[in-house]
Amino acid sequence: MSTQAIAIEDAKTGEVTEAVYEHPFVVRLCHWVNAVSLFVMAGSGLQIFRAFPSFGAKIPQKDLLNWPKAFAIGGWLGGALQWHLTFMWIYLATGLVYVGYQVFSGNYKQVLFVSRDVPGVWPMVRHYFLFGPKPPVREAYNPLQKHAYTSAIGLGVLSVLTGFAVWKPVQLSWLAWMMGGFHWARVWHFLIMWAILAFVFGHLVMVVLHGWNNFVSMLTGWKKDPEYLPK
Amino acid sequence: MTSRTDDRKFKRMSRRELLKLTPVLALGAFAIPALQRPLLRAGLGFSDWASARLFRSGHLAPTFADSDLTPFSKFPLNSYDVDDPEVDFDIWTLTVAGAVREPGDYKLAQIQALPKVTQNTRHVCVEGWDVIGNFGGVRLSDFLIMIGADTTARFVTVECADDYYESLDMATALHPQTLLCYEMYGQPLTREHGAPLRLNIPTKIGYKQAKYLTDLKVTNVLERAGYWEDQGYSEFYGL
Repeated sequence: MSTQAIAIEDAKTGEVTEAVYEHPFVVRLCHWVNAVSLFVMAGSGLQIFRAFPSFGAKIPQKDLLNWPKAFAIGGWLGGALQWHLTFMWIYLATGLVYVGYQVFSGNYKQVLFVSRDVPGVWPMVRHYFLFGPKPPVREAYNPLQKHAYTSAIGLGVLSVLTGFAVWKPVQLSWLAWMMGGFHWARVWHFLIMWAILAFVFGHLVMVVLHGWNNFVSMLTGWKKDPEYLPK
Repeated sequence: MTSRTDDRKFKRMSRRELLKLTPVLALGAFAIPALQRPLLRAGLGFSDWASARLFRSGHLAPTFADSDLTPFSKFPLNSYDVDDPEVDFDIWTLTVAGAVREPGDYKLAQIQALPKVTQNTRHVCVEGWDVIGNFGGVRLSDFLIMIGADTTARFVTVECADDYYESLDMATALHPQTLLCYEMYGQPLTREHGAPLRLNIPTKIGYKQAKYLTDLKVTNVLERAGYWEDQGYSEFYGL
């Protein structure tokens, strides 16, 4: 653990609690900008999908999912494309700043899922989903969280790559080819969006269940009285 | 190992860290109606600028085997207005104007006298569907040479029998796969597919591939970008 713990003394009672600076400024900034970007990208993407809600032929067209307009952004295809083609740059820039910062600051070590975390995954799954005993908490992120957050970054990268293949299937024909051509790139782009939304759903559930302390730390950087500090 | 601090100081420190996030609120500008339009225009403009940078004159769009072709009967029609603007083929000409040495009316036979090119390329609609079609015609670049176009001009614009209009950046107009197309699937263009002459541009999105051409102009000034572009679609939309 590279994060520094401090002791906070209550001026009146003299009671001491510990706090850890968990999330550096760049990480918090990227997190909240990305929350907005993801919302806009998914909403406008679903409005774009409404223009041809299918992956088959145009003739005869079999609609897969007539997504309700209430959950879409942009109002019409042209409007949605404006949102999508604007926020994709914000989404991309945020991703690059985040990954760049994590790598160069070394902060990635607290969240990157590595082989040493593998044995800890099953006990956490058992605890979360099968009412198993709670494994001891030793770090800011448990192995399952590391897996989830590392996967989310991987999905983010894939969303950008599939998006570029859909947007530029000719200039980036090698990228589209790797995904099976334009047609399949559009399918992957769509599926990856749902995978990201599934992550976001799980993430929000966990915040609601456990997380006022976690929520505050993503705002101020500081987490009071974290479980993983030695008592 | 741990440093000590009192709780008031910690609260001030936390508040300061929270306030550092205020730049995120700048994204709220997108929710302000008066700012939303110009911001999205700027975003789309940036995407178009990046698209033009990504475009490579020598890079060819993928081509396909005949066995990959979408059957002609399943090649969709997306007319914005009418399927058939009732062009009179007997008197049809392509009217050429602008920065060219030889403006005037060109007959279909004059265009067809240029070297013929056929290609199986993917047609991608902005709606999201795509088909692989067979297109035959002449290179727009050959035609531009024939009419003595100033290829240092920035745009080629076209007008159509159904009041549709479009524009192309010169780099795309000169691309070897950009065709003045008069055949699909080895047959003369049918009326609903844009007879007698349409654009086929495998490096562009579908709405750029105007049908029922009547006028072509070489110009440096774009008075209007295109039927859909002027309603908010991307002006460049290169694939």
